[in-house]
Amino acid sequence: MGVTALLCTLFAPLAGAAAIALIQRDQVKAIKATAMTIAVLAFGVSIFLVPFFSAADAGIQFYVNVPWIPSIDAGFRIGIDGMSLLLVLLTTFMGPIALLASWGPITKSVKEYYMLMLLLQFGMTGVFIALDTFLFYVFWELILIPMVFIIGIWGGKERIYASVKFFLYTLVGSLLMLIAILWLGFAAEAQGMGFTADLLKLRIVAPMIPANVQVWLFLAFALSFCIKVPLFPFHTWLPDAHVQAPTAGSVILAAVLLKMGTYGLIRFNLELFPQTSAMLAVPICILAVIGIIYGALVAMVQTDIKKLVAYSSVSHLGFVVLGIFSLTTEGVQGAVIQMVNHGISTGALFLCVGVLYERRHTREISEYGGVTNVMPKFAVLFAIAMFSSVGLPGLNGFVGEFLTLLGAFRSPFLHDWTFAIIGATGVIFAAVYLLWMFQRVMFGTNDNPENKHLRDVTKMEKWQLVPLVVMMIWIGVAPRMFMNYSEQSVRRIVGQVELFMFSK
Amino acid sequence: MSIDLFGSLPLVVIWLALGVIGVVIQAFVKENGTKLVFGYYVGTLVVTALLAMLTYSHHGTTFNGMITLGGTASVFDVLFCGAGVMTLLAAQPYLNRWGNELDEFYTMLVSSVAGMMLMAHARNLVVLFVGIELMSISFYIMAGFFRQRERSVEAALKYFLLGAFATGFLVYGMALLYGATGSLAYESIASVVLSGTARYPALLALGSILLTVGLSFKIAAFPFHQWAPDVYEGSPTVVTAFMSTAGKAAAFSAFISIFVVLMPMMQGVPLNGTLQLAIAVISAVTMLIGNITAVAQTNVKRMLAYSSVAHAGYMLMGIVAGPQYGHSAIIFYAAVYMFMQLGAFVVVGLLEREDEASLTLNDYAGLHKKHPVLAGIMAIFMFSLAGIPPFAGFFGKYMLFYAAVQGGFTWLTIVAVASSVISVWFYLGLIVKMYFNDPVGETHEAGSGLAGISLAVCTVAVVVLGLLPRLLTSVVGGW
Repeated sequence: MGVTALLCTLFAPLAGAAAIALIQRDQVKAIKATAMTIAVLAFGVSIFLVPFFSAADAGIQFYVNVPWIPSIDAGFRIGIDGMSLLLVLLTTFMGPIALLASWGPITKSVKEYYMLMLLLQFGMTGVFIALDTFLFYVFWELILIPMVFIIGIWGGKERIYASVKFFLYTLVGSLLMLIAILWLGFAAEAQGMGFTADLLKLRIVAPMIPANVQVWLFLAFALSFCIKVPLFPFHTWLPDAHVQAPTAGSVILAAVLLKMGTYGLIRFNLELFPQTSAMLAVPICILAVIGIIYGALVAMVQTDIKKLVAYSSVSHLGFVVLGIFSLTTEGVQGAVIQMVNHGISTGALFLCVGVLYERRHTREISEYGGVTNVMPKFAVLFAIAMFSSVGLPGLNGFVGEFLTLLGAFRSPFLHDWTFAIIGATGVIFAAVYLLWMFQRVMFGTNDNPENKHLRDVTKMEKWQLVPLVVMMIWIGVAPRMFMNYSEQSVRRIVGQVELFMFSK
Repeated sequence: MSIDLFGSLPLVVIWLALGVIGVVIQAFVKENGTKLVFGYYVGTLVVTALLAMLTYSHHGTTFNGMITLGGTASVFDVLFCGAGVMTLLAAQPYLNRWGNELDEFYTMLVSSVAGMMLMAHARNLVVLFVGIELMSISFYIMAGFFRQRERSVEAALKYFLLGAFATGFLVYGMALLYGATGSLAYESIASVVLSGTARYPALLALGSILLTVGLSFKIAAFPFHQWAPDVYEGSPTVVTAFMSTAGKAAAFSAFISIFVVLMPMMQGVPLNGTLQLAIAVISAVTMLIGNITAVAQTNVKRMLAYSSVAHAGYMLMGIVAGPQYGHSAIIFYAAVYMFMQLGAFVVVGLLEREDEASLTLNDYAGLHKKHPVLAGIMAIFMFSLAGIPPFAGFFGKYMLFYAAVQGGFTWLTIVAVASSVISVWFYLGLIVKMYFNDPVGETHEAGSGLAGISLAVCTVAVVVLGLLPRLLTSVVGGW
């Protein structure tokens, strides 16, 4: 059952894209309905994964292994552990919301748009469940194509620059990763297992690669993932891509695409190269902390709301990376839940920016003020999303940030409280830039005549925002329900790192 | 002398069809002659391809060991014939549109295919030479086929002059190899090289270098690539499509068999790996030069020409890597490259207007609004050429990278990766033009006619071979 659900979750969007291809171009309603049905269906099916998933099992569940290219031992190998489960659910959950966000704004080339969105979801789901380096790479690159078109065709003024930059940045990293993937395969061959792309086999092989080679392989993978995260100083593509992408594109980009990077860091870097991870934890955490502070400071001075949210991502993802490379159970668990949190809260923030933009066609903070007076319901939803992003206790953001900082604090690999202390100031900065932005946009006097008669959130927008707000509160109040699923898998991964470091 | 008639059927059939029956048809049929010749040659190539498939597992040599049969030679036969058929189908409407549909064109095309097949089957330097010349001379004529167009004539002349130069190198190299080893047969040369008993080792080295230079001309590798952009740009587009794919594949088929012979030299005596390193450097520089120069182009045909230089560089990685994985990777890549490059040129040909207009990047702006299908297909070819999965170009590159890493040339792979990133700039640039920019100028009809079949085949092949590369890797050997 679980396997069927997993396969359906993966392939439903692909089937949907194919179905839309057959619909006539002018049947806009039918196209939208099909896309929405498929996205909801995929979410529904992915929910079925939960009851069949055994949270007590740290290993891979629902494993599928179909030979694909025997000569390089690449196979269609998929399966999930607790961490992938949460991220798959995040992907399918954000899918319908992103489609709803496109309902009004997307008016040109509707057919292509919805096909690409579904294709994107197919690729993202694939990344989170692939257990074969070759398959993973194919999914990883597959995402570039729809995303570059979504930014490039439906994006803002500087869309071409942003889309090309996005494509090139990602490609630079991923091609080096391809060489590392090849190297890993040959390492398996050298140890008598034959060339392979099977991640489960490579997990056994990789830690035994000599340390000087491991460092290079680690760096090749890490570069690719850190560009995607994006970790300072590889973040410059992100503000461009975020600001230029249409609202739904930004939502998907922030909520799911960035998580592919952090997921990759755990799945590949931590699992395959435990010694090197421990060795390089300090420099990476330094970058993460710089990212936290730098992202926050830059966010503070933005005059464009969307850009502000984009830079806040750089800061928030810094916490995730800090948590991961604290190499403690708390830290990595915090990172995993923070990935989900960031997806939900930043996704919601982008939707809120989209709501404002739809009405005024500007994102300049100075254009707004006192919007609460005319949009009271929107103000509530926006405020909750904002507080969730700030990390207010009781909402989801707090849980993740707290755990990552705790992890950094207790980490036996960082030996230093400074990371946690400087990182924690990022939370304060987040409060500063987000609250300040909120104050300038929503409070004060509504003296811009164009803002006098803004419509409050429509039904359609409520459908997008309310589920997200519900999730923020749910995770904030009962994080264990979610973290239970990933706990054993994270313990296994961290245990392996500790084993390799401290068993000598 | 015993002749293995069954095994040599593909060669015999195409030569008879070309040299005996084809000439008769052209000489005596006046009514509807062009159509008949066209159909006849399409049929010839299809039959030859089928025979080549049939003799795939029929290994051996014939004509006193001058010709090898089956195996990779058969794979190359199918590849050449396939490219030939697709070019014929694309050429018919193309030539027709410019009022240049003469049956000589079809004859030249098939004769160049015959030459290529000879190159792939050759086990003797003289046979190789005959094959290369037959192919090249047909190419010279085809390049200048639009004799009213200055650029076409210029391309033909340039190609001819430089080609003749390259031929000089080839013959000189062959002569020196003969002097050093006392034989023209690959096997005998190989055994001399292997045992290190060459009478004049210096001649052997010089001969192999000259031979490499001659073949580098044919594949347009640095520093002998200068002719390619001008010739590819000036020639009729369908000819460019054919030359830059099948022609390149043929040159690589010769490269492969020559280097199987010379390979022992690369792994020890007497050149001590220098030749291998030299080819690795040529490969690296070729792909960098090709891609960097392509970035600066504004003419789509010229851009694809420079990119084809870069692709020759990628394929050379396979030569560096050696026979086990490298050579089969080249065959796979050559086949995949044929589909994507030929397809891309067919699209260019369909969009081409009077006086070679509509060839600049700006003419492709907003193409997806004018011709959604053509734009979509072109985008697939561009992504595939850039090596983005899930298209076939990606797996081709993967195989070449695999072979190079396996052969201990990780640095070359890193250079290849860097140049791939550069190449994305212009491949994606074309996609950006087609999809993200607004259309300029009026929409022209771009009826595809028979060319549509070629395009469909190319597109399907690029997608299917990307998802199921096994279909092809199982026949190229080594994998």
